[in-house]
Amino acid sequence: MTMSTAPPGSGSRSKFIIGGLLIVAAVVYLIVSATQASAQFYLTIDEMLARGDEISGRAIKLSGAVDGDTVTYETETLTLEFSLANVPADLREIEAGGGLAKVLYDALRDPNAARVQVVYVGPKPDLLRHEAQAIVTGQMGEDGKFYADELLLKCPTRYDGEVPLQALEGQT
Amino acid sequence: MIEGIGFAALMLTFGLTLYGAGAAAYGARTDRPELIESARRAMLFSWPTISISALAIIALLLGSRYDIAYVAKVTNNAMPPYLRVTALWGGQAGSLVFWSWLLAAFASAVSMRKWGRDRDLLPWVIVVCMLTLAFFLSLVVFVENPFSRIWITPEGAQLTAFFQPEGARAVIPSDGQGLNPLLRHPGMIIHPPLLYLGFVSFVIPYAFAMAALIVGRSDDGWIRVTRRWTLVAWLFLSLGLIVGGRWAYDVLGWGGYWGWDPVEIAAFMPWLTGTAFLHSVIIQEKKGMMKHWNMLLIILTYLLVLFGTFLTRSGVLSSVHAFAQSAIGPMFFAFIGLTFVISIWFLLKRWGDLRGVNQIDSILSRESLFMFNNFLFIMILAVCFLGVIFPLVSELFTGQTVTVGPEWYERITGPLFAGLLLLMGVAPLSVFGISSWRALRRQLWLPVAISLAVPAVLLITGMRSSAALLGYWLASLVGVVTLYEFWRGASARRRRHGEILLVALVRLAGRNRRRYGGYVIHLGVVLMAFGIIGIEIFQIETQGTLARGERLLLGRYEMVYEGLTRFNTSDGREVSRAELSVFKDGRSVGQLFPRSDYYIVSNQPMTIPGVRSTLEEDFYVLLVGWEPIGRDGATFKVYLNPLVNFVWLGGVVFILGTLVAAWPEREQVPVRRRAAHAQAMPAGD
Repeated sequence: MTMSTAPPGSGSRSKFIIGGLLIVAAVVYLIVSATQASAQFYLTIDEMLARGDEISGRAIKLSGAVDGDTVTYETETLTLEFSLANVPADLREIEAGGGLAKVLYDALRDPNAARVQVVYVGPKPDLLRHEAQAIVTGQMGEDGKFYADELLLKCPTRYDGEVPLQALEGQT
Repeated sequence: MIEGIGFAALMLTFGLTLYGAGAAAYGARTDRPELIESARRAMLFSWPTISISALAIIALLLGSRYDIAYVAKVTNNAMPPYLRVTALWGGQAGSLVFWSWLLAAFASAVSMRKWGRDRDLLPWVIVVCMLTLAFFLSLVVFVENPFSRIWITPEGAQLTAFFQPEGARAVIPSDGQGLNPLLRHPGMIIHPPLLYLGFVSFVIPYAFAMAALIVGRSDDGWIRVTRRWTLVAWLFLSLGLIVGGRWAYDVLGWGGYWGWDPVEIAAFMPWLTGTAFLHSVIIQEKKGMMKHWNMLLIILTYLLVLFGTFLTRSGVLSSVHAFAQSAIGPMFFAFIGLTFVISIWFLLKRWGDLRGVNQIDSILSRESLFMFNNFLFIMILAVCFLGVIFPLVSELFTGQTVTVGPEWYERITGPLFAGLLLLMGVAPLSVFGISSWRALRRQLWLPVAISLAVPAVLLITGMRSSAALLGYWLASLVGVVTLYEFWRGASARRRRHGEILLVALVRLAGRNRRRYGGYVIHLGVVLMAFGIIGIEIFQIETQGTLARGERLLLGRYEMVYEGLTRFNTSDGREVSRAELSVFKDGRSVGQLFPRSDYYIVSNQPMTIPGVRSTLEEDFYVLLVGWEPIGRDGATFKVYLNPLVNFVWLGGVVFILGTLVAAWPEREQVPVRRRAAHAQAMPAGD
């Protein structure tokens, strides 16, 4: 038996609460610092261009439509470049535009759509193709190109409910 | 014909679930056992009827019935029969049927148990199981019907419906779209069923918990009855997560296994609450404490299971913006919200009955450390949840969408996981009730001293990352303490029964499966921690374009590009395969064949790494580019992943430990034998 003289219970309860509060405070601190260090603004190309210098050097996530004709891949250096056209991020806007596939299609045919040149060093992703939706994470360079550290691709036609092209060929 | 039978069986099951839930609730309220018995039979029969429906889908998939929209979407002519069968869970509609089928199987099994003194829980267990099943069936019956056919209206619009729309023509495609090639991997074929088994098994403990709340029982009967269900649920969930990680490592070609993607986190969140639950029920059983908390945890786990099923099944999801795109989204949110409100309402109603019989006596007692363990798990859960909804929250408050990635999660959860390791090292040495610093210190100093040897050696051999050194120390501490616990228990048995060490170890674990199974799981976690720290902190990579005969260096490895072959396969792939000779420290260690498969029909390439795997590290090579025929260059991305195999090895140990813990105990026999033994030789031992 130790020298503990306090009645069991009450003292431990407050110690437990203090311990819990310390953990919560630590987690809050971690969240705040991690958010400052690594959270990314999710912007459309329009929004990013409108903000100009204000966001230079900050981590940004951009979403847009891949222009297949502009894709170049330098295999010596694994440098991938392509042009990304603005698509709206708001879901209602996408729905009003006729769905994601249609919006991507239209974005690439709209001569007024804002575009940005994306540079990415790494393996060329399996899903990179014309009219795919690319989500790139990185920073604007001083040369006006977007330098991506991460490149994610979504091909909407592959996942949504549309029936494949071959289906229509075989109709009776 | 087949689709008609399948749909009829689906409707019949739906009817059975509604009847079962209604009859059970009414029977319990009006105290009519014959109604409850009838409801029990409805629950029993829901499994055979939905099995017919699932078999009908499999028959359609195997029969290439491309006029059925689901079949056209998830299969094509190039897919072999076994892949066609697994396409049952390859798409949304089919996987919802599969989920329901599993739940019906478990509900049927539960309906056949001997109820005995738990008979008062039966009607409400039926109500919860049948309502959950009814919800999932309503999704397939009303929204995502797997038996719908493809039609063309006179205006030329395409639509899917079960019954022929006015004036529409049926479309019978000659081939289907096929399963996404990325999903045609053994890991991905068994990954969803494992996760679903884990998800669905958690419905059963939740059903018993709610039944206990509704009838007003405040004992831990529901926990004891469902202990094995909980462990089995947790086993499958863990297995699903590990297999999913392995799939990502083998298929996705980024040299990693976990990317903090919302879909991954969706499966991880119920695992977190489930793990917290497994620990805190021990405190309720031993000390009669934390009753409210356990109820909350099982409710939360059930809600997260629903949420996880939804997130992993809504297809398009790679950002939270995709929620509303799925037709089943609003129904899911309504059901989750309703379940939440009802569960919490019952919990509040019984709040007073569930007051604990004990208090925490000491902050260093076993029960207190378990509470801290629970607290850390909940903190990790909160961080995961915040990360998933961060874009929505930030948009709501600042008008600006902000997203978070792997770095964010790792920075925050890293210290929390370290805290869990610390508790895992200390808790086995603490005792229930009153535990003092001095007593704990006496137990702890030796394991701490021994485990410090590991970071000391690593420091001498040149490791400079403080995070890695701390992590390796904590993991070593857990390892030492856990092994010490085994040794202590076994040597006590050895002294008492004169058994040799190995026999003593096996019997020790056999007598107290949950405790020692738990320790085996902790050893698995130690191994995984070694692997995770290794790959997260010490992974190195390089890339380069090589002409034939050229070499590339990475760490102690060297690879020489020998050439590229291209060929077509009978299942519709165009394969480009590179041949590499690999050397380690200048000695040849064999060849690697990284390749790229191009799926012609689905117009999709797939990169398959070449990996030289040893316990020490993986040399992982991706073929990322090659020149057109006639030229010789090829480009590679190469990773060196130290200790990554400890992740998989730890996973296996982890699962074995869970099996030990979940294995049925031979309850009666040994006790009686020991009693007889004691009677025969009263002076023995």
